[in-house]
Amino acid sequence: MRISRNFTNWLVFLVVLHVIIAAAGFFAPYDPVEQDRDHPYLPPMHIHMMDAQAHFHFRPFFYPVRLREGSFDQYEEDTAHAVPLHFFTHAAPYRLLGIPSRLHLFGAADARVYLLGSDAYGRDQLSRILYGGQISLLAGLLGAAVTLFLGALIGMAAGYYGGWRDDILMRIAELFLALPWLYLLFALRAFLPLAVSPIQAFLLVVIVIGMVGWARPARLVRGVVLSVKERDFVRAARGFGASDFYLLRRHIFPETASVLLTQAAILVPQFVLAEMTLSFLGLGVPEPMSSWGNLLATLQQYNVLVSYWWMYLPALAIVPFFLGYLSLASALRHRIGAYKIGETLETEDNSSWSRT
Amino acid sequence: MRYLLRRALHAAFLLFGVSLLTFLFSALTPGSYFDEMRLNPQIAPATILALRAQYQLDRPLPVRYLHWLTAVAHGELGFSFAYNSPVAPLLWTRARNTLLLTVTAMLLAWLVALPLGIWSAAKFGRAADRIVSSATAALLVVPDLVLALGLLILAVRTGWFPTGGLVSVGFDALSPLQKFRDLVLHMTLPVAALALAALPTLIRHIRASVAEALEAPFIRAAVSHGIPHRKLLFGYALRAAANPLIALFGFSVGTLLSGSLLVEVVMSWPGLGPLLLEAILARDLYVVLGGVLFSMIFLVAGNLFADVLLFWADPRIRIEASPK
Repeated sequence: MRISRNFTNWLVFLVVLHVIIAAAGFFAPYDPVEQDRDHPYLPPMHIHMMDAQAHFHFRPFFYPVRLREGSFDQYEEDTAHAVPLHFFTHAAPYRLLGIPSRLHLFGAADARVYLLGSDAYGRDQLSRILYGGQISLLAGLLGAAVTLFLGALIGMAAGYYGGWRDDILMRIAELFLALPWLYLLFALRAFLPLAVSPIQAFLLVVIVIGMVGWARPARLVRGVVLSVKERDFVRAARGFGASDFYLLRRHIFPETASVLLTQAAILVPQFVLAEMTLSFLGLGVPEPMSSWGNLLATLQQYNVLVSYWWMYLPALAIVPFFLGYLSLASALRHRIGAYKIGETLETEDNSSWSRT
Repeated sequence: MRYLLRRALHAAFLLFGVSLLTFLFSALTPGSYFDEMRLNPQIAPATILALRAQYQLDRPLPVRYLHWLTAVAHGELGFSFAYNSPVAPLLWTRARNTLLLTVTAMLLAWLVALPLGIWSAAKFGRAADRIVSSATAALLVVPDLVLALGLLILAVRTGWFPTGGLVSVGFDALSPLQKFRDLVLHMTLPVAALALAALPTLIRHIRASVAEALEAPFIRAAVSHGIPHRKLLFGYALRAAANPLIALFGFSVGTLLSGSLLVEVVMSWPGLGPLLLEAILARDLYVVLGGVLFSMIFLVAGNLFADVLLFWADPRIRIEASPK
């Protein structure tokens, strides 16, 4: 990828994105499950600096809206009185890293402001996207952690012990690589119970996603281990009587770190997308919890698709994350020079999220 | 020949393994298709037991697997509980729809990607290359779910394309020309989604391998012999760059049945994808098994196809593989 080789820039970009999602309570003006039955399917509001009399205001403001007579989703602005936007306001309580707080980046006193519109129950779409990001990202990160743990474990076992163990493990890995990704996801999800509590559902999603992708990192780790275990410093340590476990932990595992890091940067966005796909199809995180996937699920209703385009906005939230992670992965590869390991095509394939 | 034989054997092993794995997965699934019937007071427990016996759900797992294997060997894929019909014809109509979609999308993607990739490699590092590269990078960060939903929104807001299904309601009454037009209109969106999702990978691989070939010493030698640029690019570099591309082509043939699952569901295209999703949710065991087997056969056949093509195209592989 020729976007940029600048590793640090992409890292900072990603950290900023993650901080915004982690501090969703601060950036979101409202509680994500708070309903406003008077404003269902409200389109994104216009924020003005100029009023109807063409006077300029330094403080941005918006006009409150009300339902048009005889309509259930057509709104008109009430231009009689403007509601100013305030910054660093105190409103709905939330917890940030366990610390209770009421501080929000912005809000309004007299009426609710919907920057990205509202859903069927009048819940603020912006708040739901920000909070939903916490679920989706956490699923992606935990899923990647599970996958990398399994991959590293299996890869090291196969590479280090070799022989028939290696053969069996690698044949199974090939099986997992051959099975189309989504089929595997569905099959795994199918054999787990369908009706569960939201927290259980979330954990299920993480486990399912985490168990699908171990084969590729395992093969890459195995490749590294195969070459590292014959190196002099490992042989010397073995000569001094080091145990298998010590060798693996102290000398071999650190050598696989670069491969694992690159794989992590590739896997996280893929797994966020996997969560989105599962939840979109109704197999993942259920309402009223929001995740990027189940926010999109309403688009399966035809009338929503036709009339309320802003319900599509959650889909776009993942794009900057994809950009950040994929660029980081390519920067990492160039920085570490993972090309030397000789499995270029495999990592390349993976980075492009081929639809298998 | 031994090379091809070895690849075929490997493919057979893969198929066997996948079928075993799928069977195991579905057997681990709690509940079966007949469980919901228990809630219905009008169906006697004895009936359900009889049904289970009829479909052999009461037999031990290895027996069922062997039974299924022999059935497959006879060309039968079992019986769908939900559709109350044999699985094979059911799958075949759906697979036909999927193939119609994916073959078109694949051809389109390759037709666009090949010239773009080669052009980009020929102008390596110059403005044209930069434009193509940034466009592919931009496409790469838009996942297929986002892309498919976006196209769908675009379609309903403009009203240019129908938003689901294979054909319109009054299809049978149309003239052949209208039928064709109707089908093309219905196919446009899913094909676009699939082709756009496949494009960045293809272009980047083509560009990378052609650019690499252009750097090779024999190309420099050819340049100094005064061979014209066009002949150099298409006659020499492309030939040398073909290997990974052929493998990639085989791979995309392999994913013809399985790669479009999500797009089919999103765009409600009556292909294998929605059927399989439905079957998984309803615990319709043999439909799931048959569907996965179908797409696996394609995947394996695609890889085998790539191996044969490589064997035919690259003398190095032939020499390496021939017995000494």
